[in-house]
Amino acid sequence: MSELGQAFVTALRLIVELDPDLAEIVLLSLQVSGSALLLAAAIGLPVGAVVAILRFPGRRAVIVALNAAMGLPPVVVGLLVYLLLSRSGPLGPLGLLFTPTAMVIAQTLLIVPIIAALTRQAVEDLSDEIDEQLRSLGASFGQRIATLLFEGRFTLVTTLLAGYGRALGEVGAVIIVGGNIGHVTRVMTTAIALETNRGDLPLALGLGILLVGLALTINGLAQGVQEVARRAA
Amino acid sequence: MTLRGGALVLTLCLLWSAAGGSADRPFLTLASTTSTRDSGLIRYLVPRFRSLSGADVRVVAVGTGRALELGRRGDVDVVLVHARQAEDRFMADGHGLLRRDVMYNDFVIVGPRSDPAGVAGTGAALAAFARIAEHEATFLSRGDDSGTHQAERRLWAMSGVEPSASSDRWYRETGNGMGATLNTASQLGSYSLSDRGTWIAFRNRGDLRILFEGDPPLHNPYGVMIVNPERHPHVKVDLARRFVEWLVSDEGQRAIADFRLEGQQLFYPSAGR
Repeated sequence: MSELGQAFVTALRLIVELDPDLAEIVLLSLQVSGSALLLAAAIGLPVGAVVAILRFPGRRAVIVALNAAMGLPPVVVGLLVYLLLSRSGPLGPLGLLFTPTAMVIAQTLLIVPIIAALTRQAVEDLSDEIDEQLRSLGASFGQRIATLLFEGRFTLVTTLLAGYGRALGEVGAVIIVGGNIGHVTRVMTTAIALETNRGDLPLALGLGILLVGLALTINGLAQGVQEVARRAA
Repeated sequence: MTLRGGALVLTLCLLWSAAGGSADRPFLTLASTTSTRDSGLIRYLVPRFRSLSGADVRVVAVGTGRALELGRRGDVDVVLVHARQAEDRFMADGHGLLRRDVMYNDFVIVGPRSDPAGVAGTGAALAAFARIAEHEATFLSRGDDSGTHQAERRLWAMSGVEPSASSDRWYRETGNGMGATLNTASQLGSYSLSDRGTWIAFRNRGDLRILFEGDPPLHNPYGVMIVNPERHPHVKVDLARRFVEWLVSDEGQRAIADFRLEGQQLFYPSAGR
Protein backbone atom coordinates (compact mmCIF):
# COMPACT_ATOMS: atom_id res chain seq x y z
CA MET A 1 0.00 0.00 0.00
CA SER A 2 2.73 2.43 0.99
CA GLU A 3 4.52 1.79 -2.32
CA LEU A 4 1.34 2.34 -4.31
CA GLY A 5 0.66 5.51 -2.35
CA GLN A 6 4.20 6.65 -3.00
CA ALA A 7 3.65 6.06 -6.72
CA PHE A 8 0.60 8.33 -6.76
CA VAL A 9 2.50 11.01 -4.87
CA THR A 10 5.35 10.65 -7.37
CA ALA A 11 2.94 10.93 -10.28
CA LEU A 12 1.45 14.11 -8.83
CA ARG A 13 4.88 15.56 -8.15
CA LEU A 14 5.97 14.78 -11.73
CA ILE A 15 2.97 16.69 -13.08
CA VAL A 16 3.31 19.64 -10.72
CA GLU A 17 7.05 20.07 -11.21
CA LEU A 18 6.72 19.80 -14.99
CA ASP A 19 10.28 18.58 -15.27
CA PRO A 20 11.60 19.53 -18.75
CA ASP A 21 13.18 16.09 -19.25
CA LEU A 22 9.85 14.47 -18.53
CA ALA A 23 8.00 16.91 -20.79
CA GLU A 24 10.39 15.97 -23.57
CA ILE A 25 9.69 12.27 -23.01
CA VAL A 26 5.92 12.79 -22.97
CA LEU A 27 6.06 14.92 -26.11
CA LEU A 28 8.16 12.36 -27.96
CA SER A 29 5.71 9.62 -26.95
CA LEU A 30 2.79 11.60 -28.34
CA GLN A 31 4.72 12.52 -31.45
CA VAL A 32 5.93 9.00 -32.28
CA SER A 33 2.63 7.28 -31.57
CA GLY A 34 0.69 10.09 -33.25
CA SER A 35 2.77 9.80 -36.43
CA ALA A 36 2.38 6.03 -36.36
CA LEU A 37 -1.38 6.46 -36.01
CA LEU A 38 -1.59 8.83 -39.00
CA LEU A 39 0.42 6.50 -41.19
CA ALA A 40 -1.43 3.42 -40.00
CA ALA A 41 -4.78 5.14 -40.58
CA ALA A 42 -3.74 6.15 -44.10
CA ILE A 43 -2.98 2.49 -44.81
CA GLY A 44 -5.39 0.62 -42.57
CA LEU A 45 -8.64 2.48 -43.26
CA PRO A 46 -8.63 2.01 -47.05
CA VAL A 47 -7.28 -1.54 -46.81
CA GLY A 48 -9.97 -2.48 -44.30
CA ALA A 49 -12.69 -0.92 -46.44
CA VAL A 50 -11.48 -2.61 -49.62
CA VAL A 51 -11.38 -6.02 -47.97
CA ALA A 52 -14.87 -5.35 -46.61
CA ILE A 53 -16.61 -4.73 -49.94
CA LEU A 54 -14.43 -6.42 -52.54
CA ARG A 55 -15.02 -10.11 -53.23
CA PHE A 56 -11.79 -11.77 -54.30
CA PRO A 57 -10.25 -15.24 -54.02
CA GLY A 58 -8.49 -15.75 -50.70
CA ARG A 59 -10.52 -13.02 -49.03
CA ARG A 60 -11.36 -15.20 -46.06
CA ALA A 61 -7.68 -15.99 -45.56
CA VAL A 62 -6.85 -12.27 -45.66
CA ILE A 63 -9.49 -11.58 -43.03
CA VAL A 64 -8.19 -14.32 -40.78
CA ALA A 65 -4.63 -13.05 -41.25
CA LEU A 66 -5.63 -9.47 -40.43
CA ASN A 67 -7.51 -10.53 -37.32
CA ALA A 68 -4.64 -12.71 -36.16
CA ALA A 69 -2.10 -9.95 -36.81
CA MET A 70 -3.90 -7.76 -34.27
CA GLY A 71 -2.15 -9.87 -31.69
CA LEU A 72 1.36 -9.48 -33.11
CA PRO A 73 3.79 -9.29 -30.19
CA PRO A 74 5.50 -5.86 -30.25
CA VAL A 75 8.87 -7.47 -29.62
CA VAL A 76 8.53 -9.50 -32.82
CA VAL A 77 7.65 -6.40 -34.84
CA GLY A 78 10.58 -4.66 -33.17
CA LEU A 79 12.98 -7.41 -34.13
CA LEU A 80 11.71 -7.46 -37.69
CA VAL A 81 12.15 -3.70 -38.09
CA TYR A 82 15.52 -3.92 -36.35
CA LEU A 83 16.76 -6.52 -38.84
CA LEU A 84 15.50 -4.38 -41.73
CA LEU A 85 17.05 -1.14 -40.46
CA SER A 86 20.26 -2.55 -38.99
CA ARG A 87 23.38 -1.42 -40.82
CA SER A 88 23.81 -5.03 -41.92
CA GLY A 89 20.17 -5.23 -43.05
CA PRO A 90 18.57 -4.34 -46.39
CA LEU A 91 17.64 -0.79 -45.35
CA GLY A 92 20.81 -0.21 -43.33
CA PRO A 93 22.25 2.51 -45.55
CA LEU A 94 19.35 4.79 -44.64
CA GLY A 95 20.81 5.08 -41.14
CA LEU A 96 17.38 5.04 -39.51
CA LEU A 97 18.13 2.69 -36.62
CA PHE A 98 17.92 4.31 -33.17
CA THR A 99 15.91 7.28 -34.48
CA PRO A 100 12.31 8.31 -33.76
CA THR A 101 11.55 7.49 -37.41
CA ALA A 102 12.45 3.85 -36.75
CA MET A 103 10.04 3.87 -33.82
CA VAL A 104 7.27 5.31 -36.00
CA ILE A 105 7.83 2.57 -38.59
CA ALA A 106 7.68 -0.18 -35.96
CA GLN A 107 4.53 1.16 -34.32
CA THR A 108 2.89 1.69 -37.70
CA LEU A 109 3.46 -1.96 -38.61
CA LEU A 110 2.13 -2.93 -35.21
CA ILE A 111 -1.18 -1.09 -35.50
CA VAL A 112 -2.00 -1.30 -39.22
CA PRO A 113 -3.55 -4.77 -38.68
CA ILE A 114 -5.64 -3.49 -35.77
CA ILE A 115 -7.00 -0.58 -37.77
CA ALA A 116 -7.49 -2.60 -40.95
CA ALA A 117 -9.21 -5.50 -39.19
CA LEU A 118 -11.57 -3.34 -37.13
CA THR A 119 -12.31 -1.11 -40.14
CA ARG A 120 -13.11 -4.19 -42.21
CA GLN A 121 -15.67 -5.32 -39.65
CA ALA A 122 -17.23 -1.87 -39.24
CA VAL A 123 -17.49 -1.21 -42.97
CA GLU A 124 -18.82 -4.67 -43.71
CA ASP A 125 -21.62 -4.21 -41.16
CA LEU A 126 -22.44 -0.86 -42.69
CA SER A 127 -22.25 -2.02 -46.31
CA ASP A 128 -25.17 -4.42 -45.79
CA GLU A 129 -27.35 -1.36 -45.34
CA ILE A 130 -26.04 1.16 -47.80
CA ASP A 131 -23.65 -0.40 -50.28
CA GLU A 132 -26.53 -1.80 -52.34
CA GLN A 133 -27.96 1.69 -52.55
CA LEU A 134 -24.60 3.18 -53.51
CA ARG A 135 -24.17 0.68 -56.30
CA SER A 136 -27.65 1.29 -57.66
CA LEU A 137 -26.81 4.97 -57.74
CA GLY A 138 -23.86 4.08 -59.95
CA ALA A 139 -21.15 5.13 -57.46
CA SER A 140 -17.61 4.25 -58.45
CA PHE A 141 -15.48 1.93 -56.29
CA GLY A 142 -13.55 4.84 -54.82
CA GLN A 143 -16.74 6.74 -54.06
CA ARG A 144 -18.23 3.71 -52.34
CA ILE A 145 -15.17 3.33 -50.13
CA ALA A 146 -15.04 7.00 -49.27
CA THR A 147 -18.76 7.08 -48.46
CA LEU A 148 -18.66 3.95 -46.34
CA LEU A 149 -15.66 5.24 -44.38
CA PHE A 150 -17.43 8.55 -43.89
CA GLU A 151 -20.66 6.90 -42.76
CA GLY A 152 -18.75 4.73 -40.33
CA ARG A 153 -16.70 7.59 -38.92
CA PHE A 154 -18.04 7.38 -35.37
CA THR A 155 -17.18 3.68 -35.04
CA LEU A 156 -13.87 4.29 -36.79
CA VAL A 157 -12.82 6.86 -34.20
CA THR A 158 -12.90 4.06 -31.65
CA THR A 159 -10.87 1.94 -34.06
CA LEU A 160 -8.24 4.66 -34.31
CA LEU A 161 -8.20 5.07 -30.55
CA ALA A 162 -7.59 1.35 -30.15
CA GLY A 163 -4.63 1.63 -32.49
CA TYR A 164 -3.30 4.71 -30.76
CA GLY A 165 -3.62 3.10 -27.35
CA ARG A 166 -1.69 0.09 -28.52
CA ALA A 167 1.08 2.27 -29.96
CA LEU A 168 1.32 4.56 -26.95
CA GLY A 169 1.44 1.67 -24.49
CA GLU A 170 3.85 -0.73 -26.15
CA VAL A 171 7.47 -1.00 -25.10
CA GLY A 172 8.75 -4.13 -26.85
CA ALA A 173 9.14 -2.67 -30.32
CA VAL A 174 10.38 0.84 -29.55
CA ILE A 175 13.01 -0.27 -27.07
CA ILE A 176 14.63 -2.47 -29.75
CA VAL A 177 14.52 -0.11 -32.72
CA GLY A 178 14.87 3.12 -30.70
CA GLY A 179 17.46 1.94 -28.20
CA ASN A 180 15.95 4.01 -25.36
CA ILE A 181 18.57 6.75 -25.88
CA GLY A 182 18.06 9.65 -23.49
CA HIS A 183 16.85 12.87 -25.20
CA VAL A 184 16.69 11.06 -28.55
CA THR A 185 14.48 8.00 -28.45
CA ARG A 186 13.30 7.72 -24.85
CA VAL A 187 9.52 7.59 -24.56
CA MET A 188 7.19 7.02 -21.62
CA THR A 189 7.19 3.23 -21.81
CA THR A 190 10.95 2.85 -22.20
CA ALA A 191 11.48 5.32 -19.36
CA ILE A 192 9.25 3.10 -17.21
CA ALA A 193 11.31 0.06 -18.21
CA LEU A 194 14.48 1.96 -17.29
CA GLU A 195 13.28 3.00 -13.84
CA THR A 196 12.03 -0.52 -13.17
CA ASN A 197 15.50 -1.77 -13.97
CA ARG A 198 17.01 0.71 -11.58
CA GLY A 199 14.67 -0.58 -8.91
CA ASP A 200 12.98 2.80 -8.50
CA LEU A 201 9.54 1.25 -8.54
CA PRO A 202 7.58 4.26 -7.22
CA LEU A 203 9.02 6.45 -9.99
CA ALA A 204 8.34 3.74 -12.58
CA LEU A 205 4.76 3.36 -11.44
CA GLY A 206 4.40 7.14 -11.18
CA LEU A 207 5.35 7.40 -14.85
CA GLY A 208 2.87 4.60 -15.54
CA ILE A 209 0.08 6.53 -13.83
CA LEU A 210 0.99 9.54 -15.92
CA LEU A 211 0.76 7.42 -19.07
CA VAL A 212 -2.67 6.16 -18.08
CA GLY A 213 -3.72 9.74 -17.36
CA LEU A 214 -2.51 10.76 -20.80
CA ALA A 215 -4.49 7.96 -22.43
CA LEU A 216 -7.59 8.97 -20.45
CA THR A 217 -7.23 12.60 -21.54
CA ILE A 218 -6.84 11.66 -25.20
CA ASN A 219 -9.83 9.31 -25.10
CA GLY A 220 -11.89 11.92 -23.26
CA LEU A 221 -11.06 14.52 -25.90
CA ALA A 222 -11.94 12.11 -28.69
CA GLN A 223 -15.23 11.33 -26.97
CA GLY A 224 -16.01 15.05 -26.67
CA VAL A 225 -15.22 15.74 -30.31
CA GLN A 226 -17.33 12.77 -31.33
CA GLU A 227 -20.34 14.02 -29.37
CA VAL A 228 -20.06 17.51 -30.78
CA ALA A 229 -19.80 16.08 -34.29
CA ARG A 230 -22.73 13.75 -33.73
CA ARG A 231 -24.91 16.63 -32.61
CA ALA A 232 -23.88 18.68 -35.62
CA ALA A 233 -24.60 15.77 -37.97
CA MET B 1 -10.53 13.07 -49.26
CA THR B 2 -8.19 10.08 -49.19
CA LEU B 3 -5.82 11.89 -51.50
CA ARG B 4 -5.76 14.96 -49.31
CA GLY B 5 -5.24 12.70 -46.29
CA GLY B 6 -2.29 11.09 -48.03
CA ALA B 7 -0.79 14.47 -48.82
CA LEU B 8 -1.22 15.49 -45.19
CA VAL B 9 0.53 12.37 -43.97
CA LEU B 10 3.34 12.86 -46.44
CA THR B 11 3.82 16.46 -45.33
CA LEU B 12 3.86 15.39 -41.70
CA CYS B 13 6.43 12.74 -42.46
CA LEU B 14 8.64 15.24 -44.21
CA LEU B 15 8.25 17.66 -41.32
CA TRP B 16 9.09 14.85 -38.99
CA SER B 17 12.20 13.76 -40.81
CA ALA B 18 13.26 17.40 -41.00
CA ALA B 19 12.86 17.64 -37.23
CA GLY B 20 14.50 14.27 -36.64
CA GLY B 21 17.37 15.09 -38.94
CA SER B 22 18.03 18.37 -37.20
CA ALA B 23 20.95 16.69 -35.43
CA ASP B 24 22.46 20.10 -34.82
CA ARG B 25 25.38 18.45 -33.12
CA PRO B 26 27.60 15.64 -34.39
CA PHE B 27 27.13 12.48 -32.40
CA LEU B 28 28.60 9.12 -31.71
CA THR B 29 26.58 6.00 -31.01
CA LEU B 30 27.86 3.89 -28.14
CA ALA B 31 26.63 0.47 -27.12
CA SER B 32 27.21 0.09 -23.45
CA THR B 33 26.16 -2.15 -20.61
CA THR B 34 23.19 -1.49 -18.40
CA SER B 35 25.56 -1.25 -15.43
CA THR B 36 27.21 1.91 -16.77
CA ARG B 37 23.81 3.49 -17.46
CA ASP B 38 21.90 2.38 -14.37
CA SER B 39 24.73 3.48 -12.09
CA GLY B 40 24.66 6.97 -13.64
CA LEU B 41 28.25 6.84 -14.96
CA ILE B 42 27.22 7.51 -18.55
CA ARG B 43 25.09 10.49 -17.64
CA TYR B 44 28.09 11.84 -15.76
CA LEU B 45 30.72 11.23 -18.47
CA VAL B 46 28.84 12.27 -21.61
CA PRO B 47 28.39 15.98 -20.77
CA ARG B 48 32.11 16.19 -19.95
CA PHE B 49 33.05 14.80 -23.34
CA ARG B 50 30.44 17.01 -25.00
CA SER B 51 31.82 20.22 -23.51
CA LEU B 52 35.28 19.21 -24.70
CA SER B 53 34.48 17.98 -28.20
CA GLY B 54 31.13 19.55 -29.02
CA ALA B 55 29.90 16.07 -29.89
CA ASP B 56 27.12 14.11 -28.28
CA VAL B 57 27.28 10.46 -27.31
CA ARG B 58 24.06 8.52 -27.88
CA VAL B 59 24.07 5.54 -25.59
CA VAL B 60 22.20 2.32 -26.20
CA ALA B 61 22.44 0.37 -22.95
CA VAL B 62 22.08 -3.38 -23.34
CA GLY B 63 23.79 -6.51 -22.03
CA THR B 64 27.35 -7.19 -23.18
CA GLY B 65 26.24 -9.97 -25.54
CA ARG B 66 23.85 -7.68 -27.39
CA ALA B 67 26.26 -4.73 -27.28
CA LEU B 68 28.86 -6.82 -29.10
CA GLU B 69 26.22 -7.94 -31.59
CA LEU B 70 25.34 -4.28 -32.27
CA GLY B 71 29.04 -3.70 -32.89
CA ARG B 72 29.36 -6.69 -35.21
CA ARG B 73 26.41 -5.48 -37.26
CA GLY B 74 27.79 -1.96 -37.43
CA ASP B 75 24.82 -0.43 -35.64
CA VAL B 76 27.07 1.52 -33.26
CA ASP B 77 30.48 3.20 -33.49
CA VAL B 78 31.91 2.26 -30.12
CA VAL B 79 31.32 -0.59 -27.69
CA LEU B 80 31.95 -0.37 -23.93
CA VAL B 81 31.53 -3.77 -22.29
CA HIS B 82 32.81 -6.10 -19.58
CA ALA B 83 33.58 -9.61 -20.80
CA ARG B 84 37.26 -9.91 -21.59
CA GLN B 85 37.12 -13.22 -23.44
CA ALA B 86 34.23 -12.11 -25.62
CA GLU B 87 36.06 -8.81 -26.28
CA ASP B 88 39.20 -10.65 -27.37
CA ARG B 89 37.12 -12.80 -29.71
CA PHE B 90 35.48 -9.65 -31.11
CA MET B 91 38.92 -8.22 -31.89
CA ALA B 92 40.35 -11.50 -33.20
CA ASP B 93 37.41 -11.85 -35.58
CA GLY B 94 38.22 -8.43 -37.02
CA HIS B 95 35.11 -6.64 -35.79
CA GLY B 96 37.08 -4.05 -33.88
CA LEU B 97 39.63 -1.45 -34.90
CA LEU B 98 41.23 -1.12 -31.48
CA ARG B 99 40.61 -2.06 -27.87
CA ARG B 100 41.60 -0.29 -24.67
CA ASP B 101 41.23 -1.09 -20.98
CA VAL B 102 39.12 1.60 -19.36
CA MET B 103 38.21 0.77 -15.80
CA TYR B 104 37.20 -1.98 -13.43
CA ASN B 105 35.13 -2.68 -10.41
CA ASP B 106 33.94 -5.92 -8.95
CA PHE B 107 31.06 -8.32 -8.69
CA VAL B 108 29.32 -8.98 -5.41
CA ILE B 109 27.30 -11.99 -4.29
CA VAL B 110 23.97 -10.81 -2.96
CA GLY B 111 21.31 -12.78 -1.15
CA PRO B 112 18.73 -12.66 1.62
CA ARG B 113 19.92 -11.26 4.93
CA SER B 114 19.26 -14.63 6.61
CA ASP B 115 21.87 -16.21 4.28
CA PRO B 116 20.46 -19.77 4.37
CA ALA B 117 23.47 -21.24 2.55
CA GLY B 118 25.96 -19.54 4.86
CA VAL B 119 27.80 -17.74 2.08
CA ALA B 120 29.05 -14.87 4.20
CA GLY B 121 31.63 -16.84 6.12
CA THR B 122 33.16 -18.81 3.27
CA GLY B 123 36.23 -16.65 2.65
CA ALA B 124 36.40 -17.32 -1.11
CA ALA B 125 34.04 -16.62 -4.00
CA LEU B 126 34.33 -20.13 -5.42
CA ALA B 127 33.60 -21.67 -2.03
CA ALA B 128 30.59 -19.38 -1.73
CA PHE B 129 29.25 -20.59 -5.06
CA ALA B 130 29.88 -24.22 -4.08
CA ARG B 131 28.01 -23.60 -0.83
CA ILE B 132 24.97 -22.25 -2.67
CA ALA B 133 24.92 -25.33 -4.90
CA GLU B 134 25.38 -27.66 -1.96
CA HIS B 135 22.38 -26.15 -0.13
CA GLU B 136 20.44 -25.96 -3.37
CA ALA B 137 19.54 -22.42 -2.33
CA THR B 138 17.73 -20.56 -5.10
CA PHE B 139 20.17 -18.71 -7.33
CA LEU B 140 19.00 -16.29 -10.00
CA SER B 141 21.15 -16.15 -13.10
CA ARG B 142 20.86 -13.38 -15.68
CA GLY B 143 20.83 -16.02 -18.42
CA ASP B 144 21.19 -13.33 -21.08
CA ASP B 145 24.80 -13.64 -22.24
CA SER B 146 25.62 -10.33 -20.55
CA GLY B 147 29.05 -9.67 -19.08
CA THR B 148 27.74 -10.50 -15.63
CA HIS B 149 26.19 -13.72 -16.91
CA GLN B 150 29.45 -14.76 -18.56
CA ALA B 151 31.36 -14.00 -15.37
CA GLU B 152 28.84 -16.01 -13.36
CA ARG B 153 29.16 -19.02 -15.66
CA ARG B 154 32.94 -18.80 -15.37
CA LEU B 155 32.69 -18.73 -11.56
CA TRP B 156 30.46 -21.81 -11.57
CA ALA B 157 32.87 -23.66 -13.87
CA MET B 158 35.80 -22.73 -11.63
CA SER B 159 33.96 -23.87 -8.51
CA GLY B 160 33.35 -27.26 -10.07
CA VAL B 161 29.57 -26.98 -10.22
CA GLU B 162 27.86 -26.36 -13.51
CA PRO B 163 24.19 -25.91 -12.73
CA SER B 164 21.69 -25.77 -15.54
CA ALA B 165 18.27 -24.19 -15.51
CA SER B 166 16.74 -27.23 -17.13
CA SER B 167 17.92 -29.82 -14.59
CA ASP B 168 18.58 -27.92 -11.33
CA ARG B 169 15.44 -26.62 -9.67
CA TRP B 170 17.35 -24.15 -7.50
CA TYR B 171 19.09 -22.51 -10.48
CA ARG B 172 16.86 -20.09 -12.36
CA GLU B 173 17.48 -17.85 -15.34
CA THR B 174 15.62 -14.56 -15.61
CA GLY B 175 16.85 -13.79 -19.14
CA ASN B 176 16.68 -10.16 -18.09
CA GLY B 177 18.78 -7.15 -17.11
CA MET B 178 20.61 -6.83 -13.78
CA GLY B 179 17.98 -4.56 -12.28
CA ALA B 180 15.10 -6.80 -13.28
CA THR B 181 16.99 -9.80 -11.91
CA LEU B 182 17.61 -8.02 -8.60
CA ASN B 183 13.91 -7.10 -8.43
CA THR B 184 13.07 -10.78 -8.78
CA ALA B 185 15.78 -11.91 -6.34
CA SER B 186 14.51 -9.51 -3.73
CA GLN B 187 11.00 -10.96 -4.05
CA LEU B 188 12.09 -14.61 -4.07
CA GLY B 189 14.77 -14.19 -1.42
CA SER B 190 17.32 -15.78 -3.73
CA TYR B 191 21.04 -15.38 -4.30
CA SER B 192 22.47 -13.65 -7.34
CA LEU B 193 25.64 -12.15 -8.74
CA SER B 194 25.61 -8.42 -9.43
CA ASP B 195 28.11 -5.86 -10.56
CA ARG B 196 28.75 -3.39 -7.77
CA GLY B 197 27.68 -0.36 -9.80
CA THR B 198 24.16 -1.59 -10.44
CA TRP B 199 23.87 -2.82 -6.85
CA ILE B 200 24.74 0.54 -5.34
CA ALA B 201 22.37 2.36 -7.66
CA PHE B 202 19.59 -0.18 -7.07
CA ARG B 203 16.67 1.10 -5.00
CA ASN B 204 14.50 -1.93 -4.43
CA ARG B 205 16.80 -4.12 -2.34
CA GLY B 206 14.20 -5.27 0.16
CA ASP B 207 15.84 -8.01 2.19
CA LEU B 208 18.84 -8.41 -0.12
CA ARG B 209 22.33 -7.74 1.21
CA ILE B 210 25.87 -8.10 -0.07
CA LEU B 211 26.90 -11.42 1.47
CA PHE B 212 30.27 -11.87 -0.17
CA GLU B 213 32.74 -9.48 -1.80
CA GLY B 214 36.40 -8.70 -2.29
CA ASP B 215 37.93 -11.83 -3.83
CA PRO B 216 40.12 -11.70 -7.00
CA PRO B 217 37.84 -13.96 -9.11
CA LEU B 218 35.17 -11.27 -8.70
CA HIS B 219 37.27 -8.75 -10.65
CA ASN B 220 35.17 -6.98 -13.31
CA PRO B 221 37.20 -5.16 -15.99
CA TYR B 222 35.64 -2.95 -18.66
CA GLY B 223 37.07 -2.45 -22.13
CA VAL B 224 36.23 -0.06 -24.94
CA MET B 225 36.42 -0.92 -28.64
CA ILE B 226 35.95 1.00 -31.87
CA VAL B 227 33.95 -0.84 -34.52
CA ASN B 228 36.07 -1.71 -37.56
CA PRO B 229 35.43 0.84 -40.34
CA GLU B 230 36.76 -1.59 -42.92
CA ARG B 231 33.65 -3.66 -42.34
CA HIS B 232 31.33 -0.76 -41.75
CA PRO B 233 32.47 2.35 -43.65
CA HIS B 234 29.88 4.61 -42.01
CA VAL B 235 31.53 4.23 -38.59
CA LYS B 236 32.57 7.65 -37.31
CA VAL B 237 36.17 6.72 -36.74
CA ASP B 238 37.57 10.18 -36.02
CA LEU B 239 34.96 10.97 -33.43
CA ALA B 240 35.21 7.46 -32.00
CA ARG B 241 38.98 7.88 -31.65
CA ARG B 242 38.53 11.19 -29.86
CA PHE B 243 36.10 9.61 -27.45
CA VAL B 244 38.26 6.60 -26.68
CA GLU B 245 41.42 8.71 -26.40
CA TRP B 246 39.61 10.97 -23.97
CA LEU B 247 38.33 8.02 -21.91
CA VAL B 248 41.85 6.64 -21.45
CA SER B 249 43.52 10.06 -21.07
CA ASP B 250 44.52 11.34 -17.63
CA GLU B 251 41.54 13.61 -17.69
CA GLY B 252 39.03 10.91 -18.65
CA GLN B 253 40.48 8.48 -16.15
CA ARG B 254 40.33 11.08 -13.39
CA ALA B 255 36.70 11.76 -14.26
CA ILE B 256 35.92 8.06 -13.92
CA ALA B 257 37.73 7.86 -10.59
CA ASP B 258 35.92 10.95 -9.32
CA PHE B 259 32.46 9.57 -10.07
CA ARG B 260 30.59 8.93 -6.84
CA LEU B 261 27.21 7.48 -6.12
CA GLU B 262 25.93 7.86 -2.58
CA GLY B 263 29.48 8.70 -1.53
CA GLN B 264 30.96 5.54 -3.00
CA GLN B 265 33.44 5.18 -5.82
CA LEU B 266 31.96 2.80 -8.39
CA PHE B 267 34.64 2.48 -11.06
CA TYR B 268 38.43 2.44 -10.87
CA PRO B 269 40.55 3.64 -13.82
CA SER B 270 42.69 0.97 -15.48
CA ALA B 271 43.96 2.49 -18.73
CA GLY B 272 47.36 3.41 -17.32
CA ARG B 273 48.14 -0.01 -15.97
